Amino acid sequence: MTGEVVLGLFVPAHPHPLLCPEKSPGWARLREAYEQARMIIEESEAELILVYSTLWTSIIGHQFQGLKEPEWVHVDHDFHYLGSMPYKFHIDTDFAEELSNSAKSRGLESRVVSYHGFPIDTGTVVALSLLNPDNNLPAGICSSNMYSNRAETIVLGKSANDAIKKSGKKVAVVVVSSLSNRMFTDKIKPHEEKIHSQKDDEWNRKILEFLDEGRLEDVSQLSREIHQQIRVQKVVAFKPMWWLAGVMGQHNNFAGKVHAYESVHGAGCAVASLIPKIDEVGDKEYDEDDVETYHGDRNVLDTIISEEENNDFESSNEPLDEKEEFSESGTFSTSRAPKPVGAYPHARKVGDLLYLSGVGPRQPKSNAIPGGPVKDATGKNLDYNMKAQTIACIENIKTILEDSGSSLEDVVDVTSFLINMDRDFADYNSIYADYFGEIRPTRTTLEINALPTPIAVEMKVIAKIKY
Amino acid sequence: MSGGRIVAGLLAPHPPHLVYAENPPQNEPKAECGWETLRWGYERLRKQLENIDYDVIVILSPHWQTYIGTHFLGLNNFKSLSVDPIFPNLFRYHYDINIDVELAKMIHDEAESDGLSVRMMENPDFRVDYGTITSCHLTNPNWDKPIVSISSNRSVHYYSVEVMQEMMIKLGEATRKAIWKSGKKAVVISSNSLSHRHFVNESEVPEDMSKEHITNHSQYLWDMKMINMMKNGKTKELIEMMPEFTEQTVAETDGGALTWMLSSLNYPTYPATIHEYGTIIGTGNAIAAWDTNDEKRKIEGVSSK
Repeated sequence: MTGEVVLGLFVPAHPHPLLCPEKSPGWARLREAYEQARMIIEESEAELILVYSTLWTSIIGHQFQGLKEPEWVHVDHDFHYLGSMPYKFHIDTDFAEELSNSAKSRGLESRVVSYHGFPIDTGTVVALSLLNPDNNLPAGICSSNMYSNRAETIVLGKSANDAIKKSGKKVAVVVVSSLSNRMFTDKIKPHEEKIHSQKDDEWNRKILEFLDEGRLEDVSQLSREIHQQIRVQKVVAFKPMWWLAGVMGQHNNFAGKVHAYESVHGAGCAVASLIPKIDEVGDKEYDEDDVETYHGDRNVLDTIISEEENNDFESSNEPLDEKEEFSESGTFSTSRAPKPVGAYPHARKVGDLLYLSGVGPRQPKSNAIPGGPVKDATGKNLDYNMKAQTIACIENIKTILEDSGSSLEDVVDVTSFLINMDRDFADYNSIYADYFGEIRPTRTTLEINALPTPIAVEMKVIAKIKY
Repeated sequence: MSGGRIVAGLLAPHPPHLVYAENPPQNEPKAECGWETLRWGYERLRKQLENIDYDVIVILSPHWQTYIGTHFLGLNNFKSLSVDPIFPNLFRYHYDINIDVELAKMIHDEAESDGLSVRMMENPDFRVDYGTITSCHLTNPNWDKPIVSISSNRSVHYYSVEVMQEMMIKLGEATRKAIWKSGKKAVVISSNSLSHRHFVNESEVPEDMSKEHITNHSQYLWDMKMINMMKNGKTKELIEMMPEFTEQTVAETDGGALTWMLSSLNYPTYPATIHEYGTIIGTGNAIAAWDTNDEKRKIEGVSSK
């Protein structure tokens, strides 16, 4: 059975509703809303709760809590005077592994952390303590990478959805974050609580209006603007809605409800729920590009091909065929695929068959190599991600096929060239199976000494042509 | 009582990698080797400190981040396990730290009277940040001196590097005045790296030194520019340069520690001793010391008035 997301929640990270709701009517209302959210989880028949907290910032890729029963007494760095937060959570460790593996499959750097005393952040502690107080549901916890951009965060969300599907479980997903996050920088009394500024308040209400209408994707696409308008300008962008949309599907078809909206020390805090609806269609207000696999824009210094190599491409003997239609002789090239490094087209039609030239993972315009190059400009070997390279390679093939009137489904034969069979075959084979497992073209895989650019894989295919 | 003084100011970065590579009994993970030149730099710093008489370490770390004012550890002892949230594979350290609460409260009060927002941290379950632990361990592995631990107020995020500078300059002055009033001899530590753009992945063997280098050349140039100013006693110029440096190199100086420390020393015009410079996962790290006891290096300010 395929797993699914049955519920999405947006909840605040501050400890006040957990530690001292009685001190402020607003904090008490947030506590009540947390209780409503807990009951919605119960009614949803969720079997697992997955938390993404913006307060767990990671740097080395994405981290997933993997200790079966993390136990500690947590104290917040700022609000330590409100008291301690003892916790003992139950983690679904198999699911944590699956989260990490799914992230890797989509080109992300990830790892499971399984250490006694690993610091679980205030937001996660507050959310799990209030939403799952008796640990009735096992939990998954994932970090928020400090530097990840929209593409990376959405891919992370999609990889979580992959893991959920594989788990076969019904899952409630929870993002822990404030709306506007500007707090008062001096002490205030509980009765002085208010949103820091009118502008913050107006933006918060705009976001909540969207969520109340179930327009998750619209909020996701507004995230950059939200960050500019009402977020303190840290390195960390406003990314929880990117992740949530990535997990729940990038659309607006939800039954949304805002359960509370209050301030905590000036920051905007809300509890909102989103339940998937399949019988309604929501219009999208915006339409940013979608992304399936993370090809990496970090490590840019390592992935950009050297100027010398670029010049090699440019100095090919014959002009490249940029025409995106078949020539009289049946050759075809597309600007959406990586530029050939010699005098050859991307494809050539013979009868109803299309023969493709060898295709690697280089990106069409930047020449960047997803997963990193195999060596640097001085010839020094580098570490690289074979899965990411294979994904990019097949995606390039897919582009050429689709632009020339064919498709991956029409591929009848594949020849693959790997530069290191021992190291890379398993990763290559796993990605290959994802794409071609059901199409089942014939295949030959060879190890060769080198390829013309610093890549680890190149593939050559023959496909049927549709028209 | 009065007449206390700052006897040394240190720039002591806190990468957990150095503790990991040293294999002290307090740390769970064990390494084969790694980052020797920086560790040798810390050895030289410790040798220098052996000849300096001091009662207390006052340290500001960017990893105790507070958004509502500056906080001070306010209980006599903290004992627990610190696990690095970014490198838990390298740093799981059992600590037992004594706090000079009296001096902490004096700095707190002085800063408050100077208009800064401050708070004492008196929750016994509080976990001391790994930046403070690492810098203190590398500076004084015997842990035989009490410390004053000061949080990093993130005014840089709320306002700008310039506002951070102003607040940290004020805090440095308050620290200097409080130390003078306490009658104690203090070593002040700025716990931070310089350029901080780092790698976003880790090699399979963390101590594989073939993977270690500065992230990019411009970071290196900036680090050298800052270090040269330290070597030439141009700390006021360094502080003026700080906003641009911080922005250009995503530097950990955004936490305010270096500005605070130089302000507490009243901007030394004598050269710092640079014990070492090296990289850790691509970041630039300098170990530097300003010895205020040297007769040729008297500082101006409260302590000498």
